[in-house]
Amino acid sequence: MKNMIQAGTSSAAFRFPVYIQSAASIAGKKEGEGPLKDSFDRIIDDPLLGKDSWESAESMLQKKASALAVKKAGLDTKDIRLAFAGDLLAQTTASSFGTAGMGIPFYGLYAACSTMGEALSLGAMAVSAGFGDHILCATSSHFASAEKEFRYPLGYGNQRPLSATWTVTGSGACIIGSDPPETENSPDSLRSGNRCAVITGITAGRIIDFGFRDSLNMGACMAPAACDTILRNLSDFGRTPSDYDAIVTGDLGIVGRNILLDMLRKNGTDIGDIHQDCGLMIYDNSTQDTHSGGSGCGCSAVVLAACLLPRIIGGQWKRMLFIPTGAMLSKVTYNEGASVPGIAHAVVIELMEI
Amino acid sequence: MISDKQQKQYEQYVKEMTPVHSLPANMAKAFLTGGLICLLGQWIQNTAAYLGADLKDAGTWCSLILIFLSVLLTGLNIYPRIGKFGGAGSLVPITGFANSVASSAVEFRTEGQIFGIGCKIFTIAGPVILYGILSSWILGVIYYFLKVAEVL
Repeated sequence: MKNMIQAGTSSAAFRFPVYIQSAASIAGKKEGEGPLKDSFDRIIDDPLLGKDSWESAESMLQKKASALAVKKAGLDTKDIRLAFAGDLLAQTTASSFGTAGMGIPFYGLYAACSTMGEALSLGAMAVSAGFGDHILCATSSHFASAEKEFRYPLGYGNQRPLSATWTVTGSGACIIGSDPPETENSPDSLRSGNRCAVITGITAGRIIDFGFRDSLNMGACMAPAACDTILRNLSDFGRTPSDYDAIVTGDLGIVGRNILLDMLRKNGTDIGDIHQDCGLMIYDNSTQDTHSGGSGCGCSAVVLAACLLPRIIGGQWKRMLFIPTGAMLSKVTYNEGASVPGIAHAVVIELMEI
Repeated sequence: MISDKQQKQYEQYVKEMTPVHSLPANMAKAFLTGGLICLLGQWIQNTAAYLGADLKDAGTWCSLILIFLSVLLTGLNIYPRIGKFGGAGSLVPITGFANSVASSAVEFRTEGQIFGIGCKIFTIAGPVILYGILSSWILGVIYYFLKVAEVL
């Protein structure tokens, strides 16, 4: 086999860096009132985005974010060879009716809240294999459509446990490709002088099932999967946590973060100083009543685009491990007594000076 | 594979790691909320009786007005806040039932009159209706046999 880029048991180390050419984030009103309010590209106050259903609203949200990412890269939709996109709704509605409507060849993905990790992983593999000079990776989530899909009608008066997370209304999209972004025609592309953000490796997630059944404690469902992926990433690449400036999980929340740090410590790995969680960055839990933190596949995507990637090209972080986490909850199997397994896909993103 | 023992251990461990609402505080809030709703109901009933309704009609007026208020507050997005504060206190009275029906109707109206509102209006209230009727039937049967046996 020629051109092998396998690393360890379940990772890929790309021979040539995969450039993140642009990143776009569009967030809802509540997210726009949180700690990252100044970082989003756009904040949308109307939760329905002028549509008449939550599903159409989320589709529109994702389409807008995807279009913005294309524009920020200084490209046209016809320049995009492939799109990998996903969301939380059944039949990946928001992607099929949103991003897919742009006319770009489209692969729809579902990995619950870890979908941005899956989209970037598959996109980076496709770029690395020579399948595209520009590939779009996008995900979205919407509080109202997620509540309708998985929980109760919005008007139903119930109490949420403290372990529950708040689904982020937002969509994040990236264009990745084999060349660094141009700056001449596209001042908004992801580049600061000669500094670019590149994907250098990925570690594919495994389903980890501890038989845990509480769908309102997603952090506890996902933390073992995040732990598993982090340990495999470190061993596959022969690294220690000190080789990373930051390890950023998707939406573990307070409960999941504590479990993850505890589990890793028991395995002899301490990431307490460098760990962050997108779900804990997007809201101020104490004033925004979001309990354990933010969640949804829009959560890690908007935080990546609005906050994490700027830190890379700003030179604050040289190498980061981005690990969106997903709880593979199905309404049907949950009612049938099955557990909620977790999965986490890791993407290594580094600063590259060209 | 993860063994049953490990699963049990993990469940126990998560329980220790997960914060929970304060039970006494929640009970106090539920008592206050439920109590106020019932007080309002009693006031409606007394007022109806004062205005000349007999006891049965006064009770009907009480239910109707409470249901109306609950549906109205659901439509105005106020009932979810009462529910968040009051918990079971706002869930158990007839207002909670009305809220569950009205909120489903609002949520699923985009899916049409038949498959949306028609099929899904009792998504939450359905079990209450089904098992409410079943349990009253069972009690009725017990009552009948006690009567036949001349215990009652």
